[in-house]
Amino acid sequence: MKTLLIAVIGLLPLANSQAGEWRGYVELEGTAFFEDPAFPEQSNSDLSIAAEPEYLQEWNDGDDIFTFKAFGRIDQRDNNRTHGDLRELSWIHAADDWEVLAGVGKVFWGVTEAVHLVDIINQTDLVESFDGEEKLGQPMIDLSLIRDWGVVDLFVLPWFRERTFPSEDGRPRFAIPIDTDDPLYESSAEQHHVDFAARWSNSIDEWDIGLSYFYGTSREPRFVILPSAIDPVAGTVSETNPLYEIINQASIDLQAIYGSWLWKLEAYTRGGQGDRFSAAAGGFEYTFVGVRESAIDVGVIAEYLYDGRDDEIGSTTIAAGTPFSTSPFQNDLVLGTRITLNDMQSTELLVVGIIDLEGNGQTFSMEASRRIGNDWIVALEGNAFSNVPENTSLVSFRKDSNIRLMLTRYF
Amino acid sequence: MTPVRILPAMLLCLLPVCVLAETAEEKALAIAVEADNRDSGFVDYTNDTQMILRNKQGQESTRLIRSKTLEVDGDGDKSLTIFDEPNDVKGTALLSFTHKEGPDDQWLYLPALKRVKRIASDNKSGPFMGSEFAYEDITSQEVEKYTYRYLRDDSFDGMDVFVFERYPIDEKSGYTRQIIWMDKEHYKERKIEYYDRKDTLLKTLLFTDYHQYQDRFWRAHVMYMENHQTGKSTRLLQSDFKYGTGLIERDFDKNSLKRAR
Repeated sequence: MKTLLIAVIGLLPLANSQAGEWRGYVELEGTAFFEDPAFPEQSNSDLSIAAEPEYLQEWNDGDDIFTFKAFGRIDQRDNNRTHGDLRELSWIHAADDWEVLAGVGKVFWGVTEAVHLVDIINQTDLVESFDGEEKLGQPMIDLSLIRDWGVVDLFVLPWFRERTFPSEDGRPRFAIPIDTDDPLYESSAEQHHVDFAARWSNSIDEWDIGLSYFYGTSREPRFVILPSAIDPVAGTVSETNPLYEIINQASIDLQAIYGSWLWKLEAYTRGGQGDRFSAAAGGFEYTFVGVRESAIDVGVIAEYLYDGRDDEIGSTTIAAGTPFSTSPFQNDLVLGTRITLNDMQSTELLVVGIIDLEGNGQTFSMEASRRIGNDWIVALEGNAFSNVPENTSLVSFRKDSNIRLMLTRYF
Repeated sequence: MTPVRILPAMLLCLLPVCVLAETAEEKALAIAVEADNRDSGFVDYTNDTQMILRNKQGQESTRLIRSKTLEVDGDGDKSLTIFDEPNDVKGTALLSFTHKEGPDDQWLYLPALKRVKRIASDNKSGPFMGSEFAYEDITSQEVEKYTYRYLRDDSFDGMDVFVFERYPIDEKSGYTRQIIWMDKEHYKERKIEYYDRKDTLLKTLLFTDYHQYQDRFWRAHVMYMENHQTGKSTRLLQSDFKYGTGLIERDFDKNSLKRAR
């Protein structure tokens, strides 16, 4: 890890380099909850400030790029959310038919809207957002081979990043507090286990296709309740520990475009966390362009979510020492709309509902944003949980419907 | 681009009837083909663009973009556009493959998510970055994307011009027709009127401040688009044209899109 960073910095150009550039944002965030909290440590509101500065330098006509991107947040309530992360510290070199990225970087795979099943290279920064879209920086070497028949990416991932989880003061959080200080690993190498991934991707006419394979430490942990965490007299559980197992995962992501239709599919099969299982998400986004002779686009999103695992966190039958998973979307329907005004202020609205087809509740999310002047973005987000029964992982969040206002200054 | 397109018209002219039989459609097509021929062979170029958006109340907002364009033999151009302003979209990049026939391919790179998103090809009539330019106004204008009809000879701004109409072949276009004023000396557009689907005048585009590059290619440094129905306008200022920069296909793939800064 250290040698990797020294190597990256050593490759920085010296006298003949083009001038570097700083960019990034500072963000003020306020959250309000509609109901009193489910757990006594939680509060009805939260204030937070975050910043993400980035430094870029190119040389050799852009064939070499150095990137540094840091993130930091101070949160009024949640100590775990007050955190910093090195998002990127990388050197990219591009040649005629290959490219290499060395250092800390971020990679995204996938096509669907509601979940990101096949996206596995970077760990989720869960304290940042509960939809799992924020990621921690991942140390890596990514070699891309660019051929007529597609792009092959080979990854070596020499250091594992633990998932972030809200503290007991955080909201929303899981009902059983998660002991992030003492994670459990299947491999005795723990965070030093070297993970590998390979991916082939190509665009063929209307199709974008990706086939990927991952072998290494699961980014998504299972959980274990240690005997010491159980109070046999009161019958209560004080905490649970994340368990990071060695998995092998093969996945496909597929997208086809036909006129206003975008058809999407993501699926994987995973071994190493108990019985082999699979998960899939598929559906479409249809866009009505320029509705009623205006500049406004209205997209309709429909996706189906499948997960072969049981949702065990709410189960009362968890035995001490037996790993369990938290996967709320076994058999769910996603319905949503994306409204883009295409105006000077880039006003956008996205509303998504996830409906459990087995009657285990609904979750709704809303994201709206608009530019103010040239450098500010104001955004409003809302999350609502309704009709959540006791025996699912979503039950922890049943009182956590909230609205969040963000004011961001870009530079 | 290809001389093949003009062949049927030329063959026709070998027949004795040709002399009196060039229709308004053939005449306008021949002008469009000549304009395209005069503008082909540039191989590649890069340029910077500033767009000044202005609403009815006179408030202005600025966009800055950098573009790379590559000529493709036998098909439409490839282009990579990187957004520099406003700051919240800095580093966002758009990769476009235009095609002579069928829908264009477009991918948008979102740097915060590191995500490449495919863009539905039907959105061509939508505004580009909130401006009065639609995607279809700024992408490569292939001859094959329209049919044509000659209207008249005229003069415009002291120049002799051809005036002709063109009709988009793609039914997803936002227009029923466009009227082009093209100067007879250099075959460059001086003015375009855009008519919406109800055939009402929607927008007027004026091209000024033409500069010549490589002793051949004329580029308008100022394009002014006015929307008559909303009162909004966009002034597009182009600068720093560089030709023969050595760009290759590899500079226009999805990896290069992710590397755009």
